[in-house]
Amino acid sequence: MGLSVVLVLIGLWVGQNVNLLPIDASANAPVYDELFQVLFSIGTSLLLGIVGLLIYSLIRYRRLAGDTGDGLAIEGNLPLEIFWTAVPAIVVLFIGIYSYDIYERMGGMAPLNDHSVHAMHNAADQAMESGMVPGMAMEAGDGPARVWAGISPTGSGADTVKVDVTAMQFAFIFRYPESGIISGELHVPVGQAVALNMEAKDVIHAFWVPQFRLKQDVIPGQPTLLSFTATKEGRYPIICAELCGPYHGGMRSTVVVEDPESYSAWVTKNSPAPLPVSVSPANPVPLQS
Amino acid sequence: MTSSSAPSPISPSAASPALAADLSVADAGASQGAEVSHHAQAGHGAEEGHGDFRLFGLATFLVADGMTFAGFFAAYLTFRAVNPLAEGGNYELELVLPTVNTILLLLSSLTFHRAAKAIHQDRTQACRNWLLVTAALGFTFLGGQMVEYFSLPFGLTDNLFASTFYAITGFHGLHVTLGSLMILIIWWQSREGGRVTKANLFPLEATELYWHFVDGIWVLLYGILYLL
Amino acid sequence: MTLTLSPPTAAPEPQAPLQPQGWLRYFSFSVDHKVIGLQYLVCGFLFYFVGGALAGMIRTELLTPLSDFMPRETYNEVLTLHGTVMIFLWIVPVVNGAFGNYLIPFYVGARDMAFPRLNAVAFWLIPPAGLLLISSYFIGSASQSGWTAYPPLSLTTPASGQVIWILSVLLLGSSSILGGINFIATILKLRRPGLKMLQLPMFCWALLGTSILVVLSTPVLAGTLVLLSFDIIAHTGFFNPALGGNAVVYQHLFWFYSHPAVYIMVLPAFGLVSEILPVHARKPLFGYITMVYSILAIVVLGLVVWAHHMFTSGTPPWMRLFFTIATSLIAVPTGIKFFNWLATLWGGKIALNSAMLFSCGFIFNFVFGGITGVALAQVPFDIHVHDTYFVVAHFHYIVYGGTVFVIFGSVYHWYPKFTGRLANETLGRLHFVLTFIGFNLCFAPQHWLGLNGMPRRVAEYDPQFTFVNQVSSVGALLMAISTLPFLINVVYSAFAGEKAGDNPWRALTPEWLTSSPPPVENWKGPAPLVTHPYGYGEAAEPQAVGASSP
Repeated sequence: MGLSVVLVLIGLWVGQNVNLLPIDASANAPVYDELFQVLFSIGTSLLLGIVGLLIYSLIRYRRLAGDTGDGLAIEGNLPLEIFWTAVPAIVVLFIGIYSYDIYERMGGMAPLNDHSVHAMHNAADQAMESGMVPGMAMEAGDGPARVWAGISPTGSGADTVKVDVTAMQFAFIFRYPESGIISGELHVPVGQAVALNMEAKDVIHAFWVPQFRLKQDVIPGQPTLLSFTATKEGRYPIICAELCGPYHGGMRSTVVVEDPESYSAWVTKNSPAPLPVSVSPANPVPLQS
Repeated sequence: MTSSSAPSPISPSAASPALAADLSVADAGASQGAEVSHHAQAGHGAEEGHGDFRLFGLATFLVADGMTFAGFFAAYLTFRAVNPLAEGGNYELELVLPTVNTILLLLSSLTFHRAAKAIHQDRTQACRNWLLVTAALGFTFLGGQMVEYFSLPFGLTDNLFASTFYAITGFHGLHVTLGSLMILIIWWQSREGGRVTKANLFPLEATELYWHFVDGIWVLLYGILYLL
Repeated sequence: MTLTLSPPTAAPEPQAPLQPQGWLRYFSFSVDHKVIGLQYLVCGFLFYFVGGALAGMIRTELLTPLSDFMPRETYNEVLTLHGTVMIFLWIVPVVNGAFGNYLIPFYVGARDMAFPRLNAVAFWLIPPAGLLLISSYFIGSASQSGWTAYPPLSLTTPASGQVIWILSVLLLGSSSILGGINFIATILKLRRPGLKMLQLPMFCWALLGTSILVVLSTPVLAGTLVLLSFDIIAHTGFFNPALGGNAVVYQHLFWFYSHPAVYIMVLPAFGLVSEILPVHARKPLFGYITMVYSILAIVVLGLVVWAHHMFTSGTPPWMRLFFTIATSLIAVPTGIKFFNWLATLWGGKIALNSAMLFSCGFIFNFVFGGITGVALAQVPFDIHVHDTYFVVAHFHYIVYGGTVFVIFGSVYHWYPKFTGRLANETLGRLHFVLTFIGFNLCFAPQHWLGLNGMPRRVAEYDPQFTFVNQVSSVGALLMAISTLPFLINVVYSAFAGEKAGDNPWRALTPEWLTSSPPPVENWKGPAPLVTHPYGYGEAAEPQAVGASSP
């Protein structure tokens, strides 16, 4: 029917042209926005179609004054019912399969506790334990902590920036295990994979950057993992998105996405000084560079 | 058949004048305040009366009760799967006492069944005896639970396994206590002149259904908590 | 309320001396399902106004981006109470307890519910539980952890408030379960001789499905809250990670009930709409048998989709996928119902009265909410909008735009039956227009807020959201104002409205085949056998078929 075509076209137009989302600043954000467009288009067509039918019925089949008769005695229509069972089922199946594809492209289906993830954690932990890097000696000797949920990094993980995120009432603390930085702001280089290893200290919080279209609950006792690659430089809000107490609304931080040079400069500037090494005459130790 | 209506409810606003409105309310205090029909039964005949569905209602309630246990079991099994205790934390439960308890409880279902059969055969005294035996088995079960509780090396708050163990067995134990008390009440009410007669078997049948339910839950519990 | 003196249909029996008459019945332990139904209705509306006042406080706070209207702890108490009151003291009791209790006995051809005393007990659990909950706000500290009460937060906020909350919800859940047992027994066992299941009005199927959900899922919530209270009082560690427990297991157990809870809130509304539309469109309900299957499908599916509330919690990817698919599938039987309702209207003779207007408003709002629901069911989509105002918007479209609109429509539809008088149509239409505009103005913008970065359960927000929040608050104000024509209407018309007679809508279902209001025994004489409750278009006048007793 011509009307259906019109509806589909309107839906498509709305999906393409009505922008309801903030800027996309991570590699998976455009993937997300693609899904959003599809859902928005389908939803618009559906809503307009159903509302149109409704309003048309209310006008066309309005009861005229003084008419005490009944309407048509139609109790059902099997072919029609099959039609509007099958079509929604197909639409819904399509959406489900499509969103599975999207989720995979966002990295959601990558296994959370496989070898590469553990290797990543091991490397980070070793850097801490060897003492070359001062800072929190985290559960040394316990082995890699199990990841309970989240999104694993796509790719090899060789040059993934690893950050340990601790959420507490009412702040996020970011620790960079490889350089020993402890910061209240998350700094990341643009274009490079980042893996956040997150745990909460007290109650459940959540880590959300709208511009990245990513969110993960940060749970006490259950480390979670969130990986992303930022694609646009800028400062974006990190918002706590799980009720965590009276100051939940004020619990926010910032993720600063900068070019690689500025990022290196920030790392250098904020790295803690190397540990003092005791020197004894019998055991001279060369100066650390 | 009478429906499950109460004796006339005494309302807080007691001072209403007894106007002769709607006499078909028939919350009239009929026989000594015992069973009063809510429906306008007198004069309407069999069409108005409906069957006694109280056992059906109880069965539905037991489905709900079962779901509470199901929630506990689900929690227990999930904890076991994803929150294993540290080495040494997993307690090996002694099996002798719980197995004896299981046998006792299964026996008690049998004896209750005997009691029900007896009263259907008009052997009221035999029924009452079997009821006493059932109640005794129930209280013995509880005694066994107490012995087990006191002999366990862990307390309620020691760790997740301990807490879950006590929560589930405790919740079940509450059911056994309630059931055993109800059996005693039925035993008392089935005496000469009591309320439980061959014509009014619902209290006994209801308690029996409840008791079998509690027994069934225990079998599941024994399997999941002790054997698994 | 005037007393109706009717000639006794039975041999005179001694009147129970202390049985209250007239309006006093509504404050007594009456076992009459019609009295209980109206008790549920009025009590529910009182709690609706409480919940609405709490909503007003929330929207007032959100007029500015700062937390400047009330202390932050108080704000969290307010939002917790708002959700808890609206769900457990308003919607669940009204669509189940009020309309269910009033109508089901009529529809199955019975004089009352299967267990009238249990019915009264179920109702009388509600006022004390509600008062207990609300009083916690005034005696120091109400619960602050949201209606979801997630641990560990609910273990760290003031314990007394949390325990009172738990106790209150346990009482309310018990009330719901008792009601569910009653409905199942009544619908399955109390049908009038000659009346088959597939001849019942659709509302019966809706309540049957709802009650199955109630009986299966509410007890799990009860058990969970008991464990939570152990954690608070006895310092066990079921859900406390610091003591070796698992906070996410709570979420699974909680949502195992709370997702079916939304169907417990919406399925009865589906049933009510199925009663209202045929009457005011003078057309049979389209596709009866498919409507039945849809209800059953929603019941089954509704039990296996709970973890779509946990897509960003600690759930593994395969689990997220399963729940995406199951949740998306629910759209199919739901969609069928909406198409069937549209087909019911198509070709009818539609009277645009208050009952019909609210039902059409329901259709619009619920389709909107259903579409955002299908979006939310997709894991990658939800990751961005979980716990934001997008979700707040979605569920208000479903629960308010859906169920509450149906409640209002149902009040207008059955008002003549309850009171014997007609409500004022002008006020009713005004009520609809104000509510529809106010509701959409309040909640539509919230979708955008969520998409762009406003989380939920916050008193302070990024200043860029100020204008949109203010628009939303104006919508809320309009919703508050819309209550006025409604209240004036229902109160005034009860005394001065035009007399309605037995059947002002010329409807076919059994409650209309008796006086308004009905006598205590529902019908003088035997219950009518109505085998075609939607037999419009066939006969000019409604007829009860086969009115003689077997």
